Amino acid sequence: MLLEVAGLAVDLPAPGAMQRVVDRISFSLDEGESLGVVGESGSGKTMTALALMALTPEGARVSGSIRFEGRELIGLEDEAMRQLRGDRIAMIFQEPMTALNPLHRVGAQVAEPLMLHRGLDRRDARERAVDLLERVRLADPERAARSYPFELSGGERQRAMIAMAIGCGPRLIIADEPTTALDVTVQARILALIDGLKSESKMAVILVSHDLAVIAGHCDRVIVMYAGVIMESGPVETVLREPRNPYTLALLEARPQAGAPRGARLKTIPGAPPTQREDRSGCPFAGRCALTVPICRTAPPPEVAFGLNHVSRCHRAAEVGAAR
Amino acid sequence: MTLPARFRPRGELNLWLGAALVAALIAAAALSLVWTPYPPTAIDIPHKLAPPSAAHWFGTDALGRDVASQILAGSRISILVGVIAVGIGLAFGILLGLVAAFSKGLVEDGIMKFSDLVFAFPALLLAIMLTSTFGPGVVNAIVAIGVYNVPIIAKLTRATANGVLSREYALAARAAGRGPIAIAVDHVLPNIAPALIVQATIQFAIAILAEAALSYLGLGAQPPETSWGKMLADAQNVLYNAPGLALYPGIAIALSVLGLNLLGDGLRDALDPKLKARS
Repeated sequence: MLLEVAGLAVDLPAPGAMQRVVDRISFSLDEGESLGVVGESGSGKTMTALALMALTPEGARVSGSIRFEGRELIGLEDEAMRQLRGDRIAMIFQEPMTALNPLHRVGAQVAEPLMLHRGLDRRDARERAVDLLERVRLADPERAARSYPFELSGGERQRAMIAMAIGCGPRLIIADEPTTALDVTVQARILALIDGLKSESKMAVILVSHDLAVIAGHCDRVIVMYAGVIMESGPVETVLREPRNPYTLALLEARPQAGAPRGARLKTIPGAPPTQREDRSGCPFAGRCALTVPICRTAPPPEVAFGLNHVSRCHRAAEVGAAR
Repeated sequence: MTLPARFRPRGELNLWLGAALVAALIAAAALSLVWTPYPPTAIDIPHKLAPPSAAHWFGTDALGRDVASQILAGSRISILVGVIAVGIGLAFGILLGLVAAFSKGLVEDGIMKFSDLVFAFPALLLAIMLTSTFGPGVVNAIVAIGVYNVPIIAKLTRATANGVLSREYALAARAAGRGPIAIAVDHVLPNIAPALIVQATIQFAIAILAEAALSYLGLGAQPPETSWGKMLADAQNVLYNAPGLALYPGIAIALSVLGLNLLGDGLRDALDPKLKARS
């Protein structure tokens, strides 16, 4: 296993007490595999991604275990973690506009990790940077390398960000909403690019998104997060075709449907996600869930397994499939 | 809000007027290094308190020294004080501010509380305190003004650096494995430089004013050094006989400070794209 996460929890300082934003989640990832992390805003998916990079905000408390290439990352000292970042593990950010420094040329920014981790001198790194920009299929890599971020389009900037991330040949790429800021056609091309790079170099990808369609098309496995908890996990096709958790089901039903009658309203999930969960005894989705029964509010839902690696965390998991 | 077009170039007018006045100040200082009409400290009792004439443009003071020469020579001290006092402020202020922004927690609190402590004393009071402890003189005056600049720059650096550090490219740089020093030099400093330049210009003006005040009080430049503040103090003794004597150093101080403030305002307008978009 390339990555094994067990019982990972993240607590953020909040007025009063620490607030748990990621609640003892476990998952693993093999070489060349891609894992989708889906959930609505505040579900803890971005915080999970940041925890893997040890980039959680100041004051955050991270516990549990993250084993990457057999090495425990939690508690690893800063220096060792810095050597991993950008080299073995890389990250692609959501906003290509703000994730590049406006004052430096794109080529120099792409060259940076190469100088840092590969010890290339400035000129060699710049040459490599142009190669990388070509590899992410930027139309005119020489020009792109000489440009400042504001001179590139959103899609071009995201390609440059990807070039920066793959420079050192990372084994794991974490892409946090990599296409959310882009329009749909560009989005498809960027995702195809990530897919291509993945199969070329056998790297693993964690794709964080709120968009089920993106996850469906580009991931092998998926975990569905809600209020910091993994509600359901399994192979992408199984989970999306036969969800065994009311939350996954509700997310699927909230999608815009092709062929829906004109003027039909989108289905929504009633209520709002819990902001600060004082009471952690029951299921976080209790109350918003149509299947809520008294036990949902008092006992944590059990993990119920369905077939190969497909796990749902719900008291009434068995009924969810049947209800469809 | 958009203003009518004819009001819009005001920022640039500030910039150029300020730049011209500052350039004049620098030119006067440079000129005084190689040439003044008379040696600025040459005493000439027979010609004391002479009115302005072709020989003495601004007249002579109570000891017969040429006022024009003293004004030129005095600009040197003003610039020296500004450069060194602002330099001290920038050197220590940027360092402390960056350390505070990167370290967080106890260190940040400590630095900021210390800044507040220094900040709590009015500039001049602090300078008087230091010069009366360590003795009057230009060097001590400069150090005192410099010390006052440190917390101002430190606070500005920390606030603007925190802004940069909260941007995604700072996070991206950390995700690429870069350390705090590399991020400070490569990402933070270039992005906060405009704010620092503007503040430094303003502090330069305050330093000139503070030096004049200290010298006026006898805590700054000592005889035979020439300073605008000391000229004001000297002129005070003969105010009824030659009221014009107080005017020249006063105007010199006022124009220098005005020039630097206009330059600072103009630079802020020119360097801050957000302000430009709004005007």
